[in-house]
Amino acid sequence: MTTKLLEINNLKQYFPIKGGIFGRTVNHVKAVDDVSFYVNEGETLSIVGESGCGKSTTGRAVLRLDDPTSGEITFQGDDLLALNKQQMRRKRKDLQIIFQDPYASINPRQTVRQILEEAMSIQKVLPKAERMDKIMELLDTVGLGSHQLDRFPHEFSGGQRQRIGIARALAVDPKFIVCDESVSALDVSIQAQVLNLLKQLQRDLNLTYLFIAHDLGVVRHISDRVAVMYLGKIVEIGEKKEIFDNPKHPYTKSLLSAIPVPDPSNQQERIHLKGDVPSPIDPPTGCRFHTRCPFATEKCKNEVPELRVTKDMTGTHQAACHHIEEIESGAKQPNY
Amino acid sequence: MPETTIHQPVEKPRNPHIENFKNIVKRLKKNKAAMVGGFLILLFVITAFVGPYLVPFSAGEQVLVNKLQGPSAEHWFGTDHLGRDIFSRIIHGMSITLYIGFFSVVIGAIVGVIFGIISGYFGGKIDTLIMRAMDILLAFPGILLALGVVTILGPSLNNVIIAVGVFSVPSFARIVRGSTLSVKELEYIDAVRALGASDFRIIVRHVLPNVFSPIIVQATLRIATAILTAAGLSFLGLGAQPPKPEWGAMLSDGRNYIFDAGHVALFPGLAIVIVVLAFNIFGDGLRDALDPKMKS
Repeated sequence: MTTKLLEINNLKQYFPIKGGIFGRTVNHVKAVDDVSFYVNEGETLSIVGESGCGKSTTGRAVLRLDDPTSGEITFQGDDLLALNKQQMRRKRKDLQIIFQDPYASINPRQTVRQILEEAMSIQKVLPKAERMDKIMELLDTVGLGSHQLDRFPHEFSGGQRQRIGIARALAVDPKFIVCDESVSALDVSIQAQVLNLLKQLQRDLNLTYLFIAHDLGVVRHISDRVAVMYLGKIVEIGEKKEIFDNPKHPYTKSLLSAIPVPDPSNQQERIHLKGDVPSPIDPPTGCRFHTRCPFATEKCKNEVPELRVTKDMTGTHQAACHHIEEIESGAKQPNY
Repeated sequence: MPETTIHQPVEKPRNPHIENFKNIVKRLKKNKAAMVGGFLILLFVITAFVGPYLVPFSAGEQVLVNKLQGPSAEHWFGTDHLGRDIFSRIIHGMSITLYIGFFSVVIGAIVGVIFGIISGYFGGKIDTLIMRAMDILLAFPGILLALGVVTILGPSLNNVIIAVGVFSVPSFARIVRGSTLSVKELEYIDAVRALGASDFRIIVRHVLPNVFSPIIVQATLRIATAILTAAGLSFLGLGAQPPKPEWGAMLSDGRNYIFDAGHVALFPGLAIVIVVLAFNIFGDGLRDALDPKMKS
């Protein structure tokens, strides 16, 4: 039986735009607008979507790196948003994050030893005397040598730095890790190494990942379930196999059609979207995708579609589109 | 069988602080003007410590028959209206000048850095409050503000230091706030926050070390301004009181004889100019060396 480790309900993250002499709030960037999902213990849920769709914001909100505007974040039965600063600091032991840019995510003035020691001393993991052993163990876990202990970040390559970032996150024995584009900044060969390391750590330590990415190949490799975001909303969510083999939402379909096929004789038709992503300051009414959707109708402009199940979906697959049935049966033709 | 341990040559870790420092020194050495400034500052500091033991006259020794004499072999810079040797007094005054410059800047820097970091790190209402207060301080001409403070506290050397320190606060607060704003957006600050570090730890361990170089540059440049302001206050009779050989006060003494014996005012004035200039060009060079990108 799988248990839900993290559950998010109606999460909203609006960033105020200040203007005028007195710094009044003139408008909001609706980065994440009413998002709900859950992550089961031991699984990897990926969030995919193009830049600016709110996937990183969601990850940061879960860790309360930016406090969300409203919503509910339940972690192991505790409402994270109800915790005060002190309680949240202690709770952070269980929730960690691995960042995108290995060059910006570690303090250039600390050695590996200092970085890991600090992490442990903040959360008071282990008595002082035993921390050194743990540090060595961590280095070994992430594939760094003990001779690299007293080196500074500038002496490492990007992939090695990312391993330091992973070791830092693991230093406090977390249960849940947000990987915020954790491999996007790395070379493809290094990406594979780091992804495999993450996978192996998940097996060994029973970790749960919220994996934020824009690279569908990476997502396919690591995920159990996938959520597709567009302009602050989840448009489709479900098991990896379902999302990749049986996508229902027109946006997911166009996203998947962008994966290059390494076979020149078997090229599938690419679905090109028109125009740019609308501004999250003033998102379209109804279905947010209607301005670019080839199937959009009057209904899409007026009614916000909810995530729902249709008949040939399996598992936890849900999509937010008014016209799934018509599109699937061929009754609606795309209007390019 | 005795166990033998194999000693592997341990590669010495290269500390980026030291590496970085070497680079800065290298860049500084290329800048001739800055090197001259730095050399002069070094000379001033040595003079301040050992100078008083080497000069032929004490600071207060009056020989009234020799008053207002021009420069000669015995009195290099001449004598003042009480027959005191101006050269000796200037050397004695060196330590006072550096003392004022250094401590007023230390006071200004400590208070300014605290305000600036709090302002930049926490933002919001605290930021607005602190920065508007700094704006008010900045709106006063420096000397007027210092005058006000000295008037409240009473004229003395230490009050001049406090006054000049107060008026250095806003410049430090502004610079540190700016740097803090950019450092706090870096991902590693988020990473430490995600680990559960307190704001205090983040500020002291992660923000402060990374905003240090602009502070050093500002301090060097600020010493020059502080010396100038302090001399100005003493000139107005609000700083060091006679018979202290403070340069500003000596300048003020010489003012009355400016047409008959110009050297009485000239030499303390020159001393102020040279010290201020040395700190300024060294500070400029230091800025270029610390951050080559800032050089326009």
